[in-house]
Amino acid sequence: MKVGIVVFPGSNCDRDTEHAFEKVLGVGVERLWHKDSDIKGVDAIVLPGGFSFGDYLRTGAVARFSPIMESVADFAARGGRVLGICNGFQILLEAGMLPGAMLPNRSLRFICRDVMVRVEQTGAPVVSKLRQGQLLRIPVAHYEGNWFCDDETLARVEAEGLPVLRYCDATGLVSDATNLNGSRNNIAGLRNAAGNVVGMMPHPERCAEPALGGIDGRALLEGLLS
Amino acid sequence: MKVRVFVTPKKGVLDPQGVVIETGLRQLGFAGADQVRVGKVIDLVVHTDDRDDASARVHAMCKTFLTNPVIEDYTFTLDEAP
Repeated sequence: MKVGIVVFPGSNCDRDTEHAFEKVLGVGVERLWHKDSDIKGVDAIVLPGGFSFGDYLRTGAVARFSPIMESVADFAARGGRVLGICNGFQILLEAGMLPGAMLPNRSLRFICRDVMVRVEQTGAPVVSKLRQGQLLRIPVAHYEGNWFCDDETLARVEAEGLPVLRYCDATGLVSDATNLNGSRNNIAGLRNAAGNVVGMMPHPERCAEPALGGIDGRALLEGLLS
Repeated sequence: MKVRVFVTPKKGVLDPQGVVIETGLRQLGFAGADQVRVGKVIDLVVHTDDRDDASARVHAMCKTFLTNPVIEDYTFTLDEAP
C-alpha cells in the first residue's frame, strides 16, 4: 500500500498528512510534485490542505491546471481513490471532480477550531470504517469553506446521497445554528457518484493520534486505504 | 485590444462582503442605497484588432479559468484605443 500526496506551491498540510500515513498508520508515502505527471504507482492519492498558488484568483483555481491534476483525474476515472482535504477539496471542486464551489465563510472570518461533524453514510471507502450517524470531532482551518451550489444541483446531490459529513453540534443536531460556515445543507464533505473521490473541509490528519488531542480523523485515513 | 472583465457573484449567491458594506453605508447615513454586491475587475490585453476574435477569446478565458460559473457571472468591455 502506498499513498501519493500531491505537493503544490503553497501546500502546507502535506508533511502532516505524510506523518499521519507513514508514522501513525505505517503506510508508504510518495510525494507527487505538481509539475510531474507520474503518480508513481500509488494506491490512493491525497490532495492536502494549504494555500496552493496563494489562493490567487479563486481557491484551487490555479492548482487544477497543474500537470499532476490530469494524472489525478485519469486515476480517479479508472476508479482510483482520491481524498481532497480543505484546499484539496477546493481543488476537486474547481476541477469539476465534485459538484459545487466554495464561497467565503458566512461570518467572513477565518475559522480555525475543532468542529463536530456527523457521518452521513458509509458508502465511500473514506467513510467505510465508520457508522452512519457517528459523530466526529475534527479541526477545521479555512476562510473559504462555505460550500455552494444551485437548487437543482443540491437536489441531485441529496437524491444521490453524495454528502458524507455535515456540520452539527455535540448531540449530532444538524441545523442552521450548527452550520459552521454557511455551507448548503451543512455539508462538510462530499463524495462523487462512484464514491472513489471524496472532498472534506475538516482535517483528519490533524487528529489521527492521541498526541494531537484527538483520534477521530484516523478512521477516515484508514478508510481511504481499506 | 484592451479588455476589462467584470466578475460578480451570481444572483442568489450570498455575498457576505456586500452585506457588510451595505450595513456600513446605512450606518454612515447613506440612505436609499442597497443591493451591494462585491466583485472583481480583471484587465488584460488581447493581441488582435478584430472585436469578434477578441470577444470569442475572452469568453473562452472566462468560462475555463477567469470565473467559476457555479458562483460567478461576468461581462467585459473591449477598448481598441492603444
